[in-house]
Amino acid sequence: MKNPRWNPYLVGALIGLLSVFTFALVNKPLGMSTGLAQAAGACAMPILGADQVATNSYWAKIAKPNWDYGTLFLVGTVLGAFLGAWLSGTFKFATDSEVWTRSFGPSKTKRLVAAFLGGIIILYGARLADGCTSGHGISGSLQLAVSGWLFFIVMFASGILTAKLLYGRSTQA
Amino acid sequence: MHLAFLTGTGLLWSAIGFGLIFGFLLHRGGVTDFNVIVRLFQFRDFTVLKVMMTAITVGGVGVALLHGQDLAQYHIKPANLLAVGLGAAIFGVGMVLLGYCPGTGLAAMATGRLDALAGLAGMIVGGIAYALTFDWVAANILPVGAYGKLRLPELLGLPEWVCYAGLVVMTIGVFALVRKAEAKKKA
Repeated sequence: MKNPRWNPYLVGALIGLLSVFTFALVNKPLGMSTGLAQAAGACAMPILGADQVATNSYWAKIAKPNWDYGTLFLVGTVLGAFLGAWLSGTFKFATDSEVWTRSFGPSKTKRLVAAFLGGIIILYGARLADGCTSGHGISGSLQLAVSGWLFFIVMFASGILTAKLLYGRSTQA
Repeated sequence: MHLAFLTGTGLLWSAIGFGLIFGFLLHRGGVTDFNVIVRLFQFRDFTVLKVMMTAITVGGVGVALLHGQDLAQYHIKPANLLAVGLGAAIFGVGMVLLGYCPGTGLAAMATGRLDALAGLAGMIVGGIAYALTFDWVAANILPVGAYGKLRLPELLGLPEWVCYAGLVVMTIGVFALVRKAEAKKKA
Protein backbone atom coordinates (compact mmCIF):
# COMPACT_ATOMS: atom_id res chain seq x y z
CA MET A 1 0.00 0.00 0.00
CA LYS A 2 1.54 3.30 -1.01
CA ASN A 3 1.70 6.18 1.42
CA PRO A 4 -1.12 8.58 0.50
CA ARG A 5 0.35 11.51 2.43
CA TRP A 6 1.50 14.63 0.67
CA ASN A 7 4.05 17.14 1.88
CA PRO A 8 2.41 19.02 4.81
CA TYR A 9 3.69 22.40 3.57
CA LEU A 10 2.04 21.76 0.20
CA VAL A 11 -1.23 20.72 1.89
CA GLY A 12 -1.10 23.83 4.09
CA ALA A 13 -0.49 26.08 1.08
CA LEU A 14 -3.44 24.49 -0.74
CA ILE A 15 -5.72 24.99 2.29
CA GLY A 16 -4.54 28.62 2.36
CA LEU A 17 -5.42 28.99 -1.33
CA LEU A 18 -8.78 27.32 -0.72
CA SER A 19 -9.41 30.00 1.94
CA VAL A 20 -8.56 32.76 -0.52
CA PHE A 21 -11.03 31.28 -3.02
CA THR A 22 -13.85 30.93 -0.48
CA PHE A 23 -13.31 34.51 0.72
CA ALA A 24 -13.35 35.78 -2.85
CA LEU A 25 -16.03 33.65 -4.46
CA VAL A 26 -18.58 33.04 -1.70
CA ASN A 27 -17.53 35.63 0.90
CA LYS A 28 -17.14 32.94 3.58
CA PRO A 29 -14.21 31.81 5.73
CA LEU A 30 -13.56 28.10 6.36
CA GLY A 31 -15.34 26.91 9.51
CA MET A 32 -16.68 23.75 11.06
CA SER A 33 -18.18 24.06 14.48
CA THR A 34 -21.14 26.36 13.72
CA GLY A 35 -22.33 23.71 11.28
CA LEU A 36 -21.93 21.07 13.97
CA ALA A 37 -23.98 23.18 16.40
CA GLN A 38 -26.67 23.44 13.72
CA ALA A 39 -26.56 19.65 13.35
CA ALA A 40 -26.86 19.36 17.13
CA GLY A 41 -30.05 21.42 16.93
CA ALA A 42 -31.46 19.07 14.29
CA CYS A 43 -30.58 16.05 16.47
CA ALA A 44 -32.13 17.73 19.53
CA MET A 45 -35.54 18.09 17.86
CA PRO A 46 -36.78 14.55 18.53
CA ILE A 47 -35.39 14.67 22.10
CA LEU A 48 -36.36 18.15 23.27
CA GLY A 49 -39.20 18.74 20.83
CA ALA A 50 -39.23 21.07 17.81
CA ASP A 51 -40.72 23.95 19.82
CA GLN A 52 -37.98 23.86 22.40
CA VAL A 53 -35.35 24.01 19.63
CA ALA A 54 -37.19 26.75 17.71
CA THR A 55 -37.45 28.98 20.79
CA ASN A 56 -33.90 28.37 22.03
CA SER A 57 -32.09 31.66 21.54
CA TYR A 58 -28.84 30.01 20.35
CA TRP A 59 -30.46 27.82 17.70
CA ALA A 60 -32.87 30.57 16.67
CA LYS A 61 -30.26 33.31 16.22
CA ILE A 62 -26.77 31.83 15.82
CA ALA A 63 -26.91 28.21 14.67
CA LYS A 64 -30.24 27.65 12.97
CA PRO A 65 -30.63 23.96 12.04
CA ASN A 66 -30.76 24.20 8.27
CA TRP A 67 -29.20 22.91 5.07
CA ASP A 68 -27.15 26.00 4.34
CA TYR A 69 -23.57 26.75 3.30
CA GLY A 70 -22.14 25.84 6.73
CA THR A 71 -23.80 22.45 7.09
CA LEU A 72 -23.28 21.46 3.44
CA PHE A 73 -19.59 22.30 3.83
CA LEU A 74 -19.49 19.58 6.52
CA VAL A 75 -21.10 17.12 4.10
CA GLY A 76 -18.45 18.01 1.55
CA THR A 77 -15.67 17.50 4.09
CA VAL A 78 -16.93 14.00 4.88
CA LEU A 79 -17.20 13.17 1.16
CA GLY A 80 -13.74 14.56 0.44
CA ALA A 81 -12.01 12.65 3.21
CA PHE A 82 -13.83 9.47 2.20
CA LEU A 83 -12.73 10.01 -1.40
CA GLY A 84 -9.15 10.59 -0.26
CA ALA A 85 -9.10 7.38 1.77
CA TRP A 86 -10.92 5.33 -0.85
CA LEU A 87 -8.79 6.46 -3.81
CA SER A 88 -5.60 5.69 -1.91
CA GLY A 89 -6.91 2.35 -0.66
CA THR A 90 -6.48 3.41 2.98
CA PHE A 91 -10.15 3.31 4.05
CA LYS A 92 -10.28 1.00 7.05
CA PHE A 93 -12.57 0.55 10.04
CA ALA A 94 -10.45 1.04 13.16
CA THR A 95 -10.81 2.21 16.74
CA ASP A 96 -7.39 2.13 18.38
CA SER A 97 -4.26 4.23 17.93
CA GLU A 98 -0.67 3.62 18.98
CA VAL A 99 -0.42 6.59 21.34
CA TRP A 100 -3.74 5.77 23.06
CA THR A 101 -3.10 2.03 23.42
CA ARG A 102 0.32 2.57 24.96
CA SER A 103 -1.21 4.57 27.82
CA PHE A 104 -4.67 3.04 28.20
CA GLY A 105 -4.44 -0.48 26.80
CA PRO A 106 -6.30 -2.20 23.97
CA SER A 107 -9.89 -1.87 25.31
CA LYS A 108 -12.07 -0.55 22.47
CA THR A 109 -14.88 0.37 24.87
CA LYS A 110 -12.56 2.57 26.90
CA ARG A 111 -11.37 4.32 23.74
CA LEU A 112 -14.90 4.90 22.42
CA VAL A 113 -16.14 6.25 25.76
CA ALA A 114 -13.14 8.59 25.99
CA ALA A 115 -13.70 9.78 22.41
CA PHE A 116 -17.39 10.43 23.18
CA LEU A 117 -16.49 12.47 26.28
CA GLY A 118 -13.77 14.26 24.33
CA GLY A 119 -16.39 15.12 21.70
CA ILE A 120 -18.71 16.68 24.29
CA ILE A 121 -15.87 18.74 25.75
CA ILE A 122 -14.40 19.88 22.43
CA LEU A 123 -17.66 21.14 20.94
CA TYR A 124 -18.73 22.88 24.13
CA GLY A 125 -15.36 24.64 24.11
CA ALA A 126 -15.61 25.44 20.41
CA ARG A 127 -19.04 27.04 20.79
CA LEU A 128 -18.03 28.98 23.88
CA ALA A 129 -15.01 30.31 21.98
CA ASP A 130 -17.21 30.83 18.87
CA GLY A 131 -14.91 28.79 16.64
CA CYS A 132 -12.57 25.82 16.36
CA THR A 133 -9.26 24.93 14.76
CA SER A 134 -10.59 25.98 11.36
CA GLY A 135 -12.85 28.94 12.21
CA HIS A 136 -10.51 30.56 14.73
CA GLY A 137 -7.22 28.72 14.22
CA ILE A 138 -6.97 29.10 10.45
CA SER A 139 -9.62 31.59 9.29
CA GLY A 140 -9.34 33.91 12.29
CA SER A 141 -5.55 33.84 12.47
CA LEU A 142 -5.11 34.47 8.74
CA GLN A 143 -7.19 37.67 9.08
CA LEU A 144 -4.98 38.65 12.03
CA ALA A 145 -8.00 38.53 14.34
CA VAL A 146 -7.10 38.86 18.01
CA SER A 147 -9.72 36.18 18.81
CA GLY A 148 -8.09 33.74 16.36
CA TRP A 149 -4.57 34.08 17.76
CA LEU A 150 -5.81 33.99 21.37
CA PHE A 151 -7.65 30.76 20.58
CA PHE A 152 -4.63 29.24 18.82
CA ILE A 153 -2.24 29.98 21.69
CA VAL A 154 -4.52 28.97 24.59
CA MET A 155 -5.68 25.79 22.79
CA PHE A 156 -2.06 24.82 22.20
CA ALA A 157 -1.04 25.41 25.82
CA SER A 158 -4.05 23.53 27.15
CA GLY A 159 -3.35 20.65 24.76
CA ILE A 160 0.27 20.38 25.89
CA LEU A 161 -0.79 20.20 29.55
CA THR A 162 -3.53 17.68 28.84
CA ALA A 163 -1.22 15.49 26.75
CA LYS A 164 1.27 15.45 29.60
CA LEU A 165 -1.42 14.42 32.09
CA LEU A 166 -3.10 11.84 29.85
CA TYR A 167 -0.25 10.26 27.96
CA GLY A 168 2.66 11.31 30.14
CA ARG A 169 6.06 9.92 29.31
CA SER A 170 4.79 6.42 28.62
CA THR A 171 4.66 7.30 24.95
CA GLN A 172 8.25 8.49 24.75
CA ALA A 173 9.75 5.55 22.93
CA MET B 1 -17.31 44.59 -1.97
CA HIS B 2 -16.24 41.12 -2.97
CA LEU B 3 -16.26 38.92 -6.04
CA ALA B 4 -18.97 36.66 -4.61
CA PHE B 5 -21.23 35.89 -7.54
CA LEU B 6 -22.35 32.49 -6.30
CA THR B 7 -25.81 32.68 -4.75
CA GLY B 8 -28.81 30.41 -4.18
CA THR B 9 -28.34 26.84 -5.36
CA GLY B 10 -24.90 27.61 -6.77
CA LEU B 11 -23.75 28.72 -3.33
CA LEU B 12 -25.02 25.50 -1.76
CA TRP B 13 -23.29 23.32 -4.37
CA SER B 14 -20.10 25.30 -3.89
CA ALA B 15 -20.26 24.48 -0.16
CA ILE B 16 -20.12 20.77 -0.99
CA GLY B 17 -17.34 21.37 -3.52
CA PHE B 18 -15.17 23.49 -1.22
CA GLY B 19 -15.82 21.08 1.67
CA LEU B 20 -14.85 18.17 -0.53
CA ILE B 21 -11.50 19.77 -1.34
CA PHE B 22 -10.97 20.58 2.36
CA GLY B 23 -11.71 17.02 3.50
CA PHE B 24 -9.51 15.55 0.77
CA LEU B 25 -6.63 17.83 1.79
CA LEU B 26 -7.03 16.99 5.50
CA HIS B 27 -6.69 13.31 4.63
CA ARG B 28 -3.74 13.83 2.29
CA GLY B 29 -2.08 16.03 4.90
CA GLY B 30 -2.13 13.14 7.36
CA VAL B 31 -3.97 15.19 9.99
CA THR B 32 -6.87 12.71 10.17
CA ASP B 33 -4.58 10.47 12.25
CA PHE B 34 -5.04 10.39 16.06
CA ASN B 35 -1.29 9.81 16.56
CA VAL B 36 -0.29 12.78 14.40
CA ILE B 37 -2.60 15.13 16.31
CA VAL B 38 -1.72 14.03 19.84
CA ARG B 39 2.02 13.93 19.09
CA LEU B 40 1.87 17.62 18.13
CA PHE B 41 1.16 18.42 21.78
CA GLN B 42 4.13 16.25 22.80
CA PHE B 43 6.43 18.01 20.28
CA ARG B 44 7.02 14.71 18.53
CA ASP B 45 5.20 15.35 15.25
CA PHE B 46 4.92 18.79 13.70
CA THR B 47 2.67 17.93 10.75
CA VAL B 48 -0.35 19.81 12.13
CA LEU B 49 1.74 22.90 12.86
CA LYS B 50 3.25 22.83 9.35
CA VAL B 51 -0.18 22.55 7.72
CA MET B 52 -1.78 25.25 9.89
CA MET B 53 1.02 27.81 9.77
CA THR B 54 1.40 27.48 5.98
CA ALA B 55 -2.36 27.77 5.53
CA ILE B 56 -2.49 30.88 7.75
CA THR B 57 0.43 32.56 5.97
CA VAL B 58 -0.57 31.77 2.37
CA GLY B 59 -4.25 32.43 3.09
CA GLY B 60 -3.45 35.55 5.10
CA VAL B 61 -1.33 37.21 2.44
CA GLY B 62 -3.79 36.16 -0.29
CA VAL B 63 -6.87 37.48 1.49
CA ALA B 64 -5.04 40.69 2.47
CA LEU B 65 -4.10 41.33 -1.17
CA LEU B 66 -7.73 40.85 -2.23
CA HIS B 67 -8.92 43.02 0.66
CA GLY B 68 -6.47 45.73 -0.35
CA GLN B 69 -8.05 45.76 -3.82
CA ASP B 70 -11.52 45.86 -2.22
CA LEU B 71 -12.25 42.38 -3.59
CA ALA B 72 -12.77 40.56 -0.27
CA GLN B 73 -14.32 41.32 3.09
CA TYR B 74 -12.92 40.38 6.45
CA HIS B 75 -15.04 38.27 8.80
CA ILE B 76 -13.63 38.98 12.25
CA LYS B 77 -14.99 37.09 15.25
CA PRO B 78 -15.33 39.29 18.33
CA ALA B 79 -12.47 39.31 20.83
CA ASN B 80 -14.51 38.19 23.84
CA LEU B 81 -11.41 37.48 25.87
CA LEU B 82 -12.95 35.36 28.64
CA ALA B 83 -15.17 33.28 26.34
CA VAL B 84 -12.45 32.69 23.74
CA GLY B 85 -9.77 31.96 26.36
CA LEU B 86 -11.96 29.65 28.43
CA GLY B 87 -13.42 27.98 25.34
CA ALA B 88 -9.95 27.38 23.88
CA ALA B 89 -8.71 25.88 27.17
CA ILE B 90 -11.70 23.49 27.26
CA PHE B 91 -11.19 22.79 23.56
CA GLY B 92 -7.55 21.77 24.10
CA VAL B 93 -8.58 19.19 26.71
CA GLY B 94 -11.23 17.78 24.38
CA MET B 95 -8.88 17.69 21.41
CA VAL B 96 -6.26 15.63 23.22
CA LEU B 97 -8.85 13.26 24.74
CA LEU B 98 -10.72 12.83 21.45
CA GLY B 99 -7.57 12.92 19.34
CA TYR B 100 -9.18 15.05 16.65
CA CYS B 101 -10.61 18.52 16.28
CA PRO B 102 -14.11 19.00 14.81
CA GLY B 103 -12.95 19.18 11.17
CA THR B 104 -10.29 16.48 11.30
CA GLY B 105 -12.69 14.33 13.37
CA LEU B 106 -15.37 14.44 10.69
CA ALA B 107 -12.72 13.68 8.09
CA ALA B 108 -11.24 10.83 10.16
CA MET B 109 -14.71 9.34 10.58
CA ALA B 110 -15.03 9.29 6.80
CA THR B 111 -11.81 7.25 6.56
CA GLY B 112 -13.33 4.55 8.79
CA ARG B 113 -12.33 5.71 12.27
CA LEU B 114 -14.95 4.52 14.75
CA ASP B 115 -13.49 6.54 17.64
CA ALA B 116 -14.06 9.66 15.52
CA LEU B 117 -17.67 8.54 15.03
CA ALA B 118 -18.09 8.27 18.81
CA GLY B 119 -16.48 11.70 19.01
CA LEU B 120 -19.04 13.10 16.57
CA ALA B 121 -21.86 11.73 18.75
CA GLY B 122 -20.20 13.48 21.69
CA MET B 123 -19.92 16.72 19.71
CA ILE B 124 -23.67 16.63 19.03
CA VAL B 125 -24.26 16.30 22.79
CA GLY B 126 -21.77 19.11 23.45
CA GLY B 127 -23.56 21.32 20.93
CA ILE B 128 -26.91 20.65 22.61
CA ALA B 129 -25.38 21.38 26.03
CA TYR B 130 -24.07 24.71 24.78
CA ALA B 131 -27.40 25.75 23.27
CA LEU B 132 -29.18 24.90 26.55
CA THR B 133 -26.71 26.96 28.60
CA PHE B 134 -26.40 29.77 26.04
CA ASP B 135 -28.59 32.33 27.81
CA TRP B 136 -26.49 32.09 30.96
CA VAL B 137 -23.23 32.19 28.99
CA ALA B 138 -24.42 35.18 26.97
CA ALA B 139 -25.26 37.06 30.16
CA ASN B 140 -22.25 36.13 32.27
CA ILE B 141 -19.29 35.03 30.12
CA LEU B 142 -19.48 36.63 26.68
CA PRO B 143 -19.49 40.25 27.92
CA VAL B 144 -16.34 39.84 30.05
CA GLY B 145 -13.37 41.43 28.29
CA ALA B 146 -15.37 42.00 25.11
CA TYR B 147 -13.31 44.14 22.75
CA GLY B 148 -15.36 43.62 19.59
CA LYS B 149 -13.96 42.79 16.16
CA LEU B 150 -10.39 43.59 17.09
CA ARG B 151 -7.45 42.85 14.77
CA LEU B 152 -3.74 42.71 15.56
CA PRO B 153 -2.86 45.82 13.48
CA GLU B 154 -5.23 47.89 15.68
CA LEU B 155 -4.15 46.20 18.90
CA LEU B 156 -0.45 46.75 18.16
CA GLY B 157 -0.92 50.09 16.42
CA LEU B 158 1.07 48.90 13.42
CA PRO B 159 0.33 49.20 9.68
CA GLU B 160 -1.25 46.21 7.94
CA TRP B 161 1.81 45.36 5.87
CA VAL B 162 4.10 45.31 8.90
CA CYS B 163 1.82 42.78 10.60
CA TYR B 164 1.69 40.55 7.52
CA ALA B 165 5.46 40.80 7.08
CA GLY B 166 5.73 39.84 10.76
CA LEU B 167 3.48 36.85 10.14
CA VAL B 168 5.68 35.64 7.27
CA VAL B 169 8.87 36.11 9.29
CA MET B 170 7.36 34.35 12.32
CA THR B 171 6.25 31.40 10.18
CA ILE B 172 9.72 31.04 8.67
CA GLY B 173 11.21 31.22 12.18
CA VAL B 174 8.83 28.55 13.52
CA PHE B 175 9.65 26.27 10.58
CA ALA B 176 13.39 26.74 11.19
CA LEU B 177 12.89 25.70 14.83
CA VAL B 178 10.80 22.70 13.74
CA ARG B 179 13.51 21.67 11.32
CA LYS B 180 16.10 21.90 14.09
CA ALA B 181 13.96 19.80 16.45
CA GLU B 182 13.39 17.18 13.77
CA ALA B 183 17.12 16.97 12.96
CA LYS B 184 17.89 16.56 16.66
CA LYS B 185 15.40 13.70 16.97
CA LYS B 186 16.89 11.88 13.98
CA ALA B 187 20.45 12.21 15.30
